[in-house]
Amino acid sequence: MNVLKYLLVGFLFGIVLTKSEAVSWYRIYEMFQFQSFHMYGIIGVAVTTGIIGIQIIKRNNIKDIKGLPIEIQEKPKDNARYYIGGISFGLGWALVGSCPGPIFILIGAGFFPVIIVLIGALIGTVIYGALKSKLPH
Amino acid sequence: MDILFQTWPWYVSGFLIGIVMLTLIYFGKNFGMSTNLQSLCSMTGLGKRIAYFDFDWKANRWNFVVVLGAMIGGFVAVHFMSDPSNVSINPETIAQLSQLGIDAPNGQLMPNALFGDQIWQSSKSILILLGGGILIGFGTRYAGGCTSGHAISGLSNLQLPSLKAVIGFFIGGLIMAHFLLPLFFRS
Repeated sequence: MNVLKYLLVGFLFGIVLTKSEAVSWYRIYEMFQFQSFHMYGIIGVAVTTGIIGIQIIKRNNIKDIKGLPIEIQEKPKDNARYYIGGISFGLGWALVGSCPGPIFILIGAGFFPVIIVLIGALIGTVIYGALKSKLPH
Repeated sequence: MDILFQTWPWYVSGFLIGIVMLTLIYFGKNFGMSTNLQSLCSMTGLGKRIAYFDFDWKANRWNFVVVLGAMIGGFVAVHFMSDPSNVSINPETIAQLSQLGIDAPNGQLMPNALFGDQIWQSSKSILILLGGGILIGFGTRYAGGCTSGHAISGLSNLQLPSLKAVIGFFIGGLIMAHFLLPLFFRS
């Protein structure tokens, strides 16, 4: 594992998410109130860039850095897990204003109360792990 | 140089996030932040008791390095690239928040009402952050991804499951922002 290249990608990600204010509780609240285009613009352009990039990769059979074919994992074709899990995630996202990436970024930036959110997220992960076989997917 | 300190425009930010995802694909990996939550739990040895955590988390160490880089990026952006003009949200939003007793940004990323140092003395504040975290952790692992894995990577790869998850994210988010949040904060 070449550590530096992952560190640099992460560094760029942290800077962009902070400078775009996608890590800001205010921006998430504003987005869910439909009072700004900012967050929709970010997600829309990120997805558009991604779609174009992935199409270029697929059509030209571009290989990854090690020369191996690029395979992007298909998500399982379920229903319940996406809607129920998604709604749970959305409730938390709009309450504390941060999704998993920003949770780490904000702690790094020195917003220590976000550590409580991280502890909660780990507890939530354990709850899912423990209940997985009993939940509809 | 001013551009570095001001709020980065959505089209620059969105493009760079797309590039981050594509770079990880080029490295032979997948862009997904919430997988780290599962790996962190697995690291503690929980896999002996819960099958979901019984996997080789060391294969995901690269993702911890991405997270570490992101944390450093967040530190640099907040401490060396901030400007009082930042977080200039809609004045209507500010007015609405003041009715809930939530302070205006004034250049800060996070409201003091939720993330100020006084929250350590308030069990209600701690419960809000903890509860929000639990909903996020449970939801993202149940749905198999978060904003990075579903909204960005999944939609970029035109995956229907990710669209379902994103619809779920928005239903949950709208319920919270419009109906529940005012109940928690109206004093």
